[in-house]
Order: sequence, then C-alpha cells, then structure tokens
Amino acid sequence: MESRLRILFLMAALPLLAYPPLAAASAGADQEPVIKPEIDRKEIKVAKIDTEDFEIGAYAGIMSVEDFGANLVYGLRAAYHVTEDLFLEAAYGRTDTDKTSYERLSGGAELLTDEERKLSYYNLSVGYNLLPGETFIGSRRAFNSSLYVIGGIGSTDFAGDARFTLNFGAGYRLLLTDWLALHMDVRDHIFDIDVTGEDKTTHNIEIDGGLTVFF
Amino acid sequence: MQTYALLFILLQCLLMNAALGAQQGPRVQVADPFLELRTGPGRSYPVFHVVERGQWIVILKRRTDWFKVRGASGKEGWVKRQEMELTLTDEGERTDFNEAAISDFTRRRWEMGIMGGDFSGSDVISLYGAYAFNANLSGELSVTQLFGDFSNSIMGNIDLLAQPFPMWRISPFFSLGTGIIDTNTRKTLVKSQDSTDQLSHAGVGVRAYLTRRFILRAEYRNYVIFTSKNDNKEINEWKAGFAFFF
Repeated sequence: MESRLRILFLMAALPLLAYPPLAAASAGADQEPVIKPEIDRKEIKVAKIDTEDFEIGAYAGIMSVEDFGANLVYGLRAAYHVTEDLFLEAAYGRTDTDKTSYERLSGGAELLTDEERKLSYYNLSVGYNLLPGETFIGSRRAFNSSLYVIGGIGSTDFAGDARFTLNFGAGYRLLLTDWLALHMDVRDHIFDIDVTGEDKTTHNIEIDGGLTVFF
Repeated sequence: MQTYALLFILLQCLLMNAALGAQQGPRVQVADPFLELRTGPGRSYPVFHVVERGQWIVILKRRTDWFKVRGASGKEGWVKRQEMELTLTDEGERTDFNEAAISDFTRRRWEMGIMGGDFSGSDVISLYGAYAFNANLSGELSVTQLFGDFSNSIMGNIDLLAQPFPMWRISPFFSLGTGIIDTNTRKTLVKSQDSTDQLSHAGVGVRAYLTRRFILRAEYRNYVIFTSKNDNKEINEWKAGFAFFF
C-alpha cells in the first residue's frame, strides 16, 4: 500500500522534473555546472617546431704528430648545442704518420709497423662560443659567425696502444645559411708516448677546415 | 637527356617542398608593444626589424632558446624564447613551448652521459645509458675505456641505481652492479699479461639538474676484480661528467 502511494507521488512529480527551470535549479543545488568549460590549454606542441640543435659534418686538414711528421688528417664531427653559448662535440679523425728522423738516418731500424703508423683518435669536448657575431664580406654581405674555444678528453690509437688524450683549441664557425656552416679549427692533442724510449708528453697540433649541417 | 629531365623534376619537387615548407609552422600573435627580430640566434646579433603588437608571425624553426620567425612583411629573424612566451596563440592564450624543466628531470625515462675520471691511477672515459623503471630505480649500461701506465682496458658494466630523493634538484644515488674488464698490457712492455676478468662494484654518486635536458653527474665506485690469480683486486674510481635526459 505504502509503495503504491510512493509510485503515485513519483508519477505526479515526473512532469515537474522535466520542466527545465526546475531541473536547472536542482542541478544548481548540486553545484555542478551544466556546461563544463574546456579548461585544457591548447599549447603549441614542440614537435611541430623544427629544432636544429644538432650539427654534423666532416673535416680535413693537416695534423703534426711529434717525431712522426705532418700529414693529411680527415674526420667526422657531431655537435649538440645546449645553449647559444655552450655546445658539446664528439669527433673522430685519422691520419697517417711518417718515419722519424732517427729511422731515416739509421737506415733500417723500424720503430713501428705500417699498421702501427696509422693514427686514429676520438674525443668528447665542450665548446664555448666566445665571440658570436657577424662577419662582413664586401659591403653587402654579412654572415653569422662565431669564434669558439673548445677542450675535452678522448683516446688516440697510435703505435699499437690507445692513449688517453687531452685536447684544446679554438675554432671559427661561419654560417653560410641557417643550416650550413664552414669551420676552421686549430687543436692541440696532448698524449703520452713511450715509443722513443721513455714516456714523454707530446703536443700534436691539428689545423683543419670543414663543413657542417645543422638539423 | 633523360637524367637531366629527371634532375629537373627532382629540383622542382625540392623547390616546391621548400615553398610548401615555408608555409607551415604554427603562428602566434604579438601581444607586447613590439617584438625584436635579430639576424642570428644569439644575444650578440643585431636587432634589424620589429614586429608590432597585434601582428601575426609564423614560427619556422628553433635553435637552442631562439626561434626563427617570419613576420607579415616577409622579414625573417630570430626571437628569444622568453619574448616568444609573451605572444598569444590562435586561441588567444599565452604561448607555451612545453620547456623541459626540473619536473621533467624527476620524470625522466632515458638518460645518456659521458664521464671522465680516475681509476686508481688510470685515466677513465665512460659512456653510459640508463632507463628509469620508476622515480627511484633505474638500470644502466656503460662502456668504459681505461688508460693505465702499463695496460689499457675496456670495461663493460650493468648496474642498478637507487635514487632515494628523486624530487631534489641535487639528488644522491646508490649503485650496485657487475661487469667484465678486458685488459691489454702496453705494447712496449716485454712481458705481456692480457686478461679478461669479472668484476662487481658498489658506489655512491650525485646528479644535479642544470638546465633544459642537461644534468651534471659525479660518482665514486669501489670495484672488486675477480682475477684468475687467487687475489682479488680492489679499486677505487672517481668520475664526473655531463648527461642528457629525455
């Protein structure tokens, strides 16, 4: 009996619920908005913007290896630009070396085999753009350029052993376009070598030029 | 002749691509009184053009913290990120470039780095990659090159790292791992003793968040090398270096 009465009441209340102002009022009582505002922020996705912090390229030049002559050196380099000032660089290069004066004069006493005469190195360096600015060529053309100092650690494979190598130097980067750069570098590779009798620290200067691409 | 035609078509495609590419990129509206365009991506390059408030610019590319944009007049120049963040998007909201911040440092998944240091007198260069299983625990693989007075070695390690305070900007960690070391006596030494040995190690270290996706890292490790002779070698290693995370 009681439940039947309840159903009757509910049936009477049904049209009331369907009446919009009342329905809205009841929703308001629950503090729940009828239309939820879209609060998700529409941000520019980083992926849509082409970032060009990486630089990769090749170089060639002359490397002087103490006691073993100066020869053509060539290699690959890749860099990551952390800020406008700071960058990290990894490089791999190789060169051949000549006979020492001693080997030539003594006529026959070979210190190294042909395979050991080949030198290869890799290094990981930190660079700092010391003088960023513009280089003017003629009166109408200006190219972005930067003079940088660089230094790091690495390994040199020479005379049958890998040798811990410090490197430091300076370079000049001239941007022909936004993504193409011309490099000139002078680098001192410092490592210990014991081929000529006792352990000695050698300074091996490399001068090179190259092209890199930003991507 | 055919190759020339082909080259010509290819060139056309490239040019078309370049032209189409120039159209693309998100656009933002200048909200400050003006926006300065520089000739290059750096503070030392001169300002050569300004875009006024209300004008739309197209973002072409980004290098470090600088954006290359094109104004309505067609002039292209570089704008600093801090200034770009004051522009408005199509929806009329502040532009946000989802910069990596310290919160990303605590949530990082992958980490790669380079370290240098000392391995009881030998020079060390070490390259490592790590994957974080969660905020506290990560696994790591590393390759280390050692340069000693009498021998050179290559060492491979697999480690587990625990980081008790991932929310800290300078966050300490503990490491535990195992690996192998391949030692080659220097060529100039007459008596050669090349060997490959197993090792295990434990260590402590610290990571410090620098900026963007960049961290500094320094650590100490104590190695026990299980040599084929009956005495195990104990070695202390100190190293420090840089790392990225993403």
